[in-house]
Amino acid sequence: MEELFFKSAEALGQMLAQKSLSSAELTQMFIQRIKAIDAKVQAFLSLDEEKSLRQARASDERRAKGQILGPLDGIPVGMKDVIAEKGQPLTCGSEILEHYISPYDAAVTERLQRAGAVLVGRLNLDEFAMGSSTENSAYQKTRNPWNLEYVPGGSSGGSAAAVCCGEVPLALGSDTGGSIRQPAACCGIAGIKTTYGLVSRYGLPALASSTDQIGPFARNVADLAALLQIIAGYDERDSTSCRVDIPDYRKFLDRPLKPCRLGIPREYFAEGIDGEVQRAVGKAIEFYGAQGHQIVDISLPHTSYAIPVYYIVMTAEASSNLARYDGIRYTHRSQTATNALDIYSKSRREGFGSEVKRRIILGTYVLSSDHRDAYYIRAQKVRRLIAEDFSKAFENVDAILSPTAPTTAFKFGEKMDDPLQMYLSDVCTVAISLAGLPGLVIPCGFSEAGLPIGLQLIGKAFHEGELLAIAKQFEKAHDFSQRYPKI
Amino acid sequence: MTFRIRCTISIRDMDHIDLDSIAGLCRIDLADEERKTIAEQLDTMLTYMAQIKVVDVEGIEPMLHASAIHSILRDDQPGESFSTETALLNAPEQKNNQILVPRIVE
Repeated sequence: MEELFFKSAEALGQMLAQKSLSSAELTQMFIQRIKAIDAKVQAFLSLDEEKSLRQARASDERRAKGQILGPLDGIPVGMKDVIAEKGQPLTCGSEILEHYISPYDAAVTERLQRAGAVLVGRLNLDEFAMGSSTENSAYQKTRNPWNLEYVPGGSSGGSAAAVCCGEVPLALGSDTGGSIRQPAACCGIAGIKTTYGLVSRYGLPALASSTDQIGPFARNVADLAALLQIIAGYDERDSTSCRVDIPDYRKFLDRPLKPCRLGIPREYFAEGIDGEVQRAVGKAIEFYGAQGHQIVDISLPHTSYAIPVYYIVMTAEASSNLARYDGIRYTHRSQTATNALDIYSKSRREGFGSEVKRRIILGTYVLSSDHRDAYYIRAQKVRRLIAEDFSKAFENVDAILSPTAPTTAFKFGEKMDDPLQMYLSDVCTVAISLAGLPGLVIPCGFSEAGLPIGLQLIGKAFHEGELLAIAKQFEKAHDFSQRYPKI
Repeated sequence: MTFRIRCTISIRDMDHIDLDSIAGLCRIDLADEERKTIAEQLDTMLTYMAQIKVVDVEGIEPMLHASAIHSILRDDQPGESFSTETALLNAPEQKNNQILVPRIVE
């Protein structure tokens, strides 16, 4: 029975096709699973059982009429609680939106519903996606299913943990500087942050508008491709959505992979990257070399500036984006406020947690007239140099391999008093976000303590298909994606 | 494992950070204990971020977005929008189909 929860979405889809079980039965089983184990994992913030079962029964009716909407019709998908779903909560992990009910669907929510997916529950996250451990949630601490004393990574920790422990076969998260890739690595599952503009941001409350992207989590690469296929595509409601043709991602997985040039950036294997992580990623590189790919030593010389640049740009954009949570229109309003100015400052004092306040204040500082040129504008110039590093590297290589995070998952509380150390958890992921490139993560090993290690594949813009193919080759030859934690 | 903070404090001009003024700009009323912690953390973080000041950025254009964006305006046609009822669904206080706020102009 337990093994059913760790089957791929593809395998579950085949069971639905063979009518060995219905979507309503499947959905009910996953809901029961969530009820049974989520007290330990704490991935879910809310469930709407009746709505999910209604969607599942509708899928069964379609199937009975031979009108299924695609490979994920009837398959449960969890949603990070930062992606709008009409009639459902959208807390963003914050008290300021505790009672908010979304009046509309995000573009990806519409796409999932058009594909017949069953949306199951709202998943925990760091407040407003600010964090690398999910400890900043105003509601609960999600635990790493491999060891409940460790964090699941963040900010999409709920999504990663839920897929990891078999509470849902698929989930959506969002990634601004590593928030899909780092938790995927910490939980030993697959995740992808797509090229900026591939997936619509409509219905994703903005954190840093210039790097935010929604993306999928899955148990394996084929499922990742299937979910990406549904959510990718142009949307006129997102002004940064790109008009590009979306390829059939499955085709990249079906055909043999031609030898390619894989870049190894020396800056990503420097001081600060844990030895076990380096060894696991090193073995993955050896594997690719043995498959006939050319391994190329490369340099991304501005890498060490990625964290300061990212945290200047991100906090600046966040300080502006989060101005909308003002206590006036749709958020918590302080009951002690007596005038309009009071409503703003007291509602924000009561509604925001420390990390959110810290980042808004830092962002306000770097944008203030006395410091804008020295921090914000200069950071945007260095950002261009970081992006140019990648452009130059991609003249000679087809993809880049690196660790996803400097360490495996860490213990609760380890970095909470030192925000800068927490920010450094993103050292391997933020540069890719600043450059707007795709980054795919798959498990490539386990530490001696039994915690997963993630391999990051970085691609040229809109080359998600190639990354999926390269990842698939590794996955096929190893059993990491078939291992699952005992809860 | 800890990362070494690479830059020295001398890179940053150690201007006094007027936290109350910044918190006022972004409309956050800080509690006393938060004020103290945030002031210390802000100092550490800005010192770390100041390392970008050593990068030669002469002649480099700021990169404001991950993709080259241009102004995208839709056709000037009215589209569907929320009903008043839907728009007020999450309003903390309302009266006569409007959001209720304290008097602003006396």
